[in-house]
Amino acid sequence: MKAALVIIFIVLLAGCGGNQSALEAHGPSAVALKDLIVLFTLLCFAIWLLVTGFLLWVLARRRAEPRQDQAAEQRMTVAVRASVAATVLVVAGLTVASFHATRSLNSGADDAVLVSVKGQQWWWQFTYKDATQASIFQAANELHIPVGKDVRLELESIDVIHSLWIPSLAGKLDLIPGRKNDLTLRADRPGTYRGQCAEFCGLQHGHMAFLVIAQDEGDYRQWAAAQAAPATEPSDAEAAAGKVVFMSKPCAACHTIRGTPAIGSSGPDLTHVGGRQTIGAGLLETTRGSLAAWIADPQTLKPGNNMPLVPLTSEELRQLSAYMEGLR
Amino acid sequence: MGEQETYAALDVDLHDVELEAKLDKTWGSRPGFWRAIATVDHKVIARRYIVTAFVFLILGGLLAMAMRLQLSQPEARFIGPDRYNQIFTMHGSNMMFLFAVPVMEAMAVYLVPLMVGTRNIAFPRLNAFSYWTFLFGGLLLWLSFALDTAPDVGWFAYVPLSGPEYGPGKRADLWAQMITFTELAALAVAVEIVVTVFKQRAPGMSLDRIPVLVWAMLVMSFLVIVAMPAIMVASSTLILDRLVGTQFYNPALGGDALLWQHLFWFFGHPEVYIIFLPAVGLVSSILPTFVGRPLFGYLLLVMALIATGVLSFGLWVHHMFVVGLPRVGESFFTASSMAIAVPAGVQIFCWLATLWAGRPVFRTPLLFVLGFIVTFVMGGLTGVMVASVPLDSQVHDTYFVVAHFHYVLVGGAVFPLIGAVYYWFPKMTGRLMSERLGRWAFGLIFAGFHLTFFPMHILGLWGMPRRVYTYQPELPWAGLNLFVSLSSVVLAAGFLVFFIDVLRSWKNGLPAGPNPWKASTLEWATSSPPPAYNFRRIPVVGSRDPLWSDADLPVAAGMRTDRRELLVTSIVEALPQARESSPSDSVWPFWTAIATAIMLIWSIFSPWAVVWGSIPIAVALIGWFWPKGTPEDES
Repeated sequence: MKAALVIIFIVLLAGCGGNQSALEAHGPSAVALKDLIVLFTLLCFAIWLLVTGFLLWVLARRRAEPRQDQAAEQRMTVAVRASVAATVLVVAGLTVASFHATRSLNSGADDAVLVSVKGQQWWWQFTYKDATQASIFQAANELHIPVGKDVRLELESIDVIHSLWIPSLAGKLDLIPGRKNDLTLRADRPGTYRGQCAEFCGLQHGHMAFLVIAQDEGDYRQWAAAQAAPATEPSDAEAAAGKVVFMSKPCAACHTIRGTPAIGSSGPDLTHVGGRQTIGAGLLETTRGSLAAWIADPQTLKPGNNMPLVPLTSEELRQLSAYMEGLR
Repeated sequence: MGEQETYAALDVDLHDVELEAKLDKTWGSRPGFWRAIATVDHKVIARRYIVTAFVFLILGGLLAMAMRLQLSQPEARFIGPDRYNQIFTMHGSNMMFLFAVPVMEAMAVYLVPLMVGTRNIAFPRLNAFSYWTFLFGGLLLWLSFALDTAPDVGWFAYVPLSGPEYGPGKRADLWAQMITFTELAALAVAVEIVVTVFKQRAPGMSLDRIPVLVWAMLVMSFLVIVAMPAIMVASSTLILDRLVGTQFYNPALGGDALLWQHLFWFFGHPEVYIIFLPAVGLVSSILPTFVGRPLFGYLLLVMALIATGVLSFGLWVHHMFVVGLPRVGESFFTASSMAIAVPAGVQIFCWLATLWAGRPVFRTPLLFVLGFIVTFVMGGLTGVMVASVPLDSQVHDTYFVVAHFHYVLVGGAVFPLIGAVYYWFPKMTGRLMSERLGRWAFGLIFAGFHLTFFPMHILGLWGMPRRVYTYQPELPWAGLNLFVSLSSVVLAAGFLVFFIDVLRSWKNGLPAGPNPWKASTLEWATSSPPPAYNFRRIPVVGSRDPLWSDADLPVAAGMRTDRRELLVTSIVEALPQARESSPSDSVWPFWTAIATAIMLIWSIFSPWAVVWGSIPIAVALIGWFWPKGTPEDES
């Protein structure tokens, strides 16, 4: 049964597990790590088979009498010494392989895309910066990156410890209050990769996800330009009414919509919220309906999160979600 | 010895029956509630310790089942995030601090005095105090859970999440103070074990004749003594941050969030070996008995125990591989974490060699030892995997690690422990457990364990983080999670069978006799259960397996029977040095523990508790140490 499980395990290692999997590697770091995982797993599995096989052989063979003679002691001494020597060699070899893998993880080219990541309970703030560290624009819970180019993430936390992990692109690194960590990653092909907070950070640790969208250079530039622009004006009367609701209710105290009077900073920047694939840090797919559900009752969808329930009439709710959906 | 004295009270020239009656009068506890509270018999206290720890195991297991219910389907709503966080915090804290460490120490408290051939543990009143302190700490934690105010910050309680700003209420304080209780209890036992092993061994039990189990308990005790102060500093500074506004862990005012992690893991990694090394000892005791020959590689095993103990203090940073440390530091800790695989390997190879040369008799204790080898080797190998910094960056804080440490802790410590219960139950109760139920328990626990925990490796590699109260349906984890949850029922059923067997056998088991397994160590030289004074006469040891090498165990004479007296021997050769009195029963350790509990719990709410609360403690300690006019020890 156990051997069967282990075989299943090896088969699974071949690649599976969706877009948040260390075994679905789509960037150089993740590929190097996956190779290391496969190497360690195969070697460890072989050792386990040897030990278990020997144990089963010993048990199956049943001696008539226990041996305590000199010859037996001699053989055991030699066998144990050889096994210990083999252990030392294997362990040393794996240590070297591990150092080697560490060195191959890149530290980032000079022209890397620079993004400041601020982890907070329970969402991700991404601030794109230019080479002079000046902020270009801010986004939340969705990180767009150009394919084939290094991206340097500056990791900071504004409350408790979080950990940024995009298994398909790179290993994880913590965001620690009072410290700054750097993580460089690169995507080899376009795609959507899911990431999630990996360090326990309180009530909604389980709902602190984000998407990394790797795009061709051209698409990425287009997206970045659109993000840098202020919010689009509402295109119809309903959305326009929604804008009025947003500005007159407490919403604007916490959220920014660039190009409007809303400049709150404790919640995610909503300038282009309608263009993001998910809301609530990977919680729901962005639709007018999910936006309405979230605004109407954020505490049921994500208990304990910092967005209060703002009482609205159903008319206001409809208008507000239309406005949000239009912010692309 | 004792030739120069001619006291009628000496045990020389007494008949066995008369001697037993006298010793019983001197050492025995009288019936009655307060007499029971006052007892300082290491066996009675150890039994209480073990039973209490197993009750905590059951409670912790129920918490695990609750978590598996919640995780059996995506976005399940059986348990909300707040309660879930309390549950996984309780599960971890309970299993580590209230089950694993105490149960191993309790095994030491029961077995070490018997195995070294003495009449009671060193500092027996401290031993009683230790149990009460442990009990009150456990009750505190579980009471807070019952009131829905249990700690919710993980068993590691990382700051700043557990600090004053993000951890409101008293939840984190309760956690920190529970630590103080249990560490106090653990430190007390560790000191007793060290002194018992060094100074109270039977004459002739030189260092190279000590049973491996006793060596393991000795090394474990040293680990406790060195590691526990780090966590006590950590938990105390956390309480100070929360209660009186110190800023040890506040980066905004010069504190450091990572300082906590260093302190915690400087304790937390040796903690794993505090649990595992006793298990090495248990296995090393059970194995020779059921293969019918002495353990191969005594010296190697002892050196491996010591090497593991020393190395265990050089690995703590491997719990912090993703905090962004300098490369050189990381490399050092990768190398040291890998290196500990060598002494672990030595142990496994010695056991395999012993099995190879022996003739295995497949009784339940041996089954658990075999299950241990298969499971622990796997946990050790995944341990080598997570020792690699780059590899760990993918699996750290995922279900892969959850799988890994359950293989090490359940496979590596709980399997041997249950084997040990089957093995020593006859000694402790005088009755054998059921072989048939034992096989069922082993089969269900072994299969249930692997079916439950093996798939977690895969979930981790598929990207499932730990400590999430739910996950979303679009992630490919639902199938395996359901499988794991169903398998956990099999595992729970195995434990149920085990506990049923314990309860049935306690009342109706077959009488065991002094040495049902034909084992070789001294605890089997006395009756089952042993009398209050352990041995009618102090045995004299001439080899590593005294009950196998001598038809009749030689004994030493010259001990007094009218007062509790122990034989003190030299550290290396175990040559007799003195007869020392052993403390009598006392309720003061109980009152001291009550006073300590009041002070510790009160200090969660007010720093002044440390001032006013120490007055009752001082009063109780004065009662405890009140001089009785016992004559000086005689050399």
